[in-house]
Amino acid sequence: MTPAKDDSRSGRPPGEPRSIGWLYVLPALLVYAAFLLWPLVRGFWFSLYEWDGISTGTWAGLSNYTKTLTDPSLRGAFGHALILIVFYAVIPCLIAFVLVGAVSRTRIRGLAFFRTVLFLPQVVAMVAVAVAWQWVYSPDGPVNSVLRGLHRLGLPDWSRGWLGDFTFALPAVGLIGTWVEIGLAMVLFLAGVQKIPRELYEAARIDGAGPVREFLAVTLPGLRRELAVALTLTVAAALRNFDLIFVTTKGGPGEETKVPAYEVYNRAFNTGEVGLACAIGITLAALIFLLTAGISRLAEGRGA
Amino acid sequence: MVLEPVGRRGRRGRGARRRGTLGTVVAAVLGLGLVTACAPGSDGDKPASKAPAAVSTDVAKAGNVTLTVWDQEIQGGQRKQIETLNARFQARYPNVKINRVARSFTDLQKTLRLALSGDDPPDVVQANQGYAAMGQVVKGGLLLPLDSYDQVYGWKKRYPKGLTDLNSVTPDGTSIGGGKLYGVSLNGEIVGIYYNKDKLAKIGIQPPKTWAEFEQALGTAKSKGELPLAFGNLEKLPAMQMYGVIQDQTAGKEAVRNLVFGKSGSWTDQPNVQAAQKLADWAEQGYLTKDANAIKWDDTPVNFAKGQGVFMVGGTWWAADLKDKLGDKVGFMLPPPAQAGGAPVTMGGESLPFSITAKSRHPDVAAAYINFITSPEAMDVSVETGNLPALAPPSRQPDGTVMKEIAAAWAELSKSDGITPYIDYATPNLADTFGGPLQRLLAGKATPQQALGDAQKDYAEFLKKK
Repeated sequence: MTPAKDDSRSGRPPGEPRSIGWLYVLPALLVYAAFLLWPLVRGFWFSLYEWDGISTGTWAGLSNYTKTLTDPSLRGAFGHALILIVFYAVIPCLIAFVLVGAVSRTRIRGLAFFRTVLFLPQVVAMVAVAVAWQWVYSPDGPVNSVLRGLHRLGLPDWSRGWLGDFTFALPAVGLIGTWVEIGLAMVLFLAGVQKIPRELYEAARIDGAGPVREFLAVTLPGLRRELAVALTLTVAAALRNFDLIFVTTKGGPGEETKVPAYEVYNRAFNTGEVGLACAIGITLAALIFLLTAGISRLAEGRGA
Repeated sequence: MVLEPVGRRGRRGRGARRRGTLGTVVAAVLGLGLVTACAPGSDGDKPASKAPAAVSTDVAKAGNVTLTVWDQEIQGGQRKQIETLNARFQARYPNVKINRVARSFTDLQKTLRLALSGDDPPDVVQANQGYAAMGQVVKGGLLLPLDSYDQVYGWKKRYPKGLTDLNSVTPDGTSIGGGKLYGVSLNGEIVGIYYNKDKLAKIGIQPPKTWAEFEQALGTAKSKGELPLAFGNLEKLPAMQMYGVIQDQTAGKEAVRNLVFGKSGSWTDQPNVQAAQKLADWAEQGYLTKDANAIKWDDTPVNFAKGQGVFMVGGTWWAADLKDKLGDKVGFMLPPPAQAGGAPVTMGGESLPFSITAKSRHPDVAAAYINFITSPEAMDVSVETGNLPALAPPSRQPDGTVMKEIAAAWAELSKSDGITPYIDYATPNLADTFGGPLQRLLAGKATPQQALGDAQKDYAEFLKKK
């Protein structure tokens, strides 16, 4: 609902009465309200109750929220989600930048092919991705075969059941996210790089800029908006990560890979704490909103 | 997600008004929410059971009926069993069509609650025993008490009290074993010890007769380079079953029963800690599959059949598949008692009960169906399809060594009253609050005291709420 023209001086756009605008957005608004606003309101309402999903709920005030913020297991889940942001958003963007930096300097034959290959993980259903990686990480899977091969060559034995290991389960899951999200960031950045005028690169080179300098002075500022989009999408993906955890680890070993979205499901369907599940969900939504709003502000704030 | 607010600065003058209209919408939506804002959930009306005299047992007179049945009998032998029974029921009553919806155990548990609380639930469902499943749906008034049907069909007379108690609960859902009957089960279940006869012969030992011999056998297997116990614990539940079997030996059946049903005792009692210590010792001594926390439960019998492991703690629900793969090379025994010849104790019970939903439109047909699939004829079908029937089959004998051993074990346990309930019946969260710490214990990251302290904390909270 953003009017196209600035009307701060006239006070009103010329020509049409404003309230008719609502009529135009009505169909979309109805769908939006029915499938998003209404569930959100209901979800918030449920979060104020202690409810098992079946019998009558009892009023609980904000106690579900206090539990969300104080329960060590749930706080741990939010902590894990923040760690996953590194694997889902930060690392993929960094890697994509390196790749794009390389691509923008030279012409690579078969670029479309590489782009397709890198984007493929985005196309595959997450559950299929998770099942495949579960095998990759399994005690007798390819990762451990390679590590055992290295062990035979004299290196220490690094093989282990990755998804059942207390130290490595979370990073192992995170790396799956990295693998998935690189393609997205890469394709966004590639599209952005093509928008940057070639003259800027030529000018930079005439001024004697090396690859690093050129990247910092030309490519990075030119990709600011794409970076904001990539970060928003990947951070949201990191925080609402459910399918991957559900298929690969179920939150284990212990509670090492519990994430809020998994807990929403777990509390609602397994343990019958629907009110608490809603409170976790609302908190998670608020966190995602805050972070993505922060990202878009950051991206446009600088140099605007 | 506001990615590109266009011309933010220029709009400031109108911001307030825009917010005004938006505010109205939000307020309207919220208001709508508050208008309908009563506490969520049904009003908890308990379904009334009708008088036994009003029960119609004549299915043929019921007209054309589609009976929707949700079950979780999807594994080899159990699938054959239920398919055979359904086919026979439909053949006997051509006016009834059974609409079978089969899901895995976990999937059924997750969807049951939503399905039952809807307006058009299935007619017959399998709701797991325990406070997390049956206790809660009964509390919500979603299942029909079966007592009046029982007076007609006589299930309580057919089944031993221990088994009907497991499927009984008080209408407020707080006490298992008391109250009314809410379901009837087909098969018996025992968690016992499978062993690979070739491997035993190779390391030169006989099936152990006492618990001490069993532990010695584990040590011998290890020292001869064999994996003593096949184990996979990605889902957390397997470790709870393994723990439960050990706990039965250290704490005894009465203490375990009282603990699980919330009557007395604490998870931090010495024998319970001792059982966890034993499990931790086994893990540390390398008696269990390496990286067990990374291996799926369902892969455990598969690996065992491939020759990984001399022993495997597992339920009788794996027997049919193991018999197919290993033939006579697989044996089954109860956890051996402390003294040779003593009464064995282990975890088990009966398969998920079939229950009638409160809103079913054909409760009489549903009851007749449940009666049919738990009839003596059905017990024969159970044996034919490689299962362990809850009641002795009238005319069939089990086929194959392992099935015979299991039938004998079931008879022995029934005689000596040696079955303890699954420990995850105790609280709805225990699979998390104890299963998680057990994974830590197996990895050497928690002490037995810590693991049981976690379980006790959840248990005490649950008892307080009850």
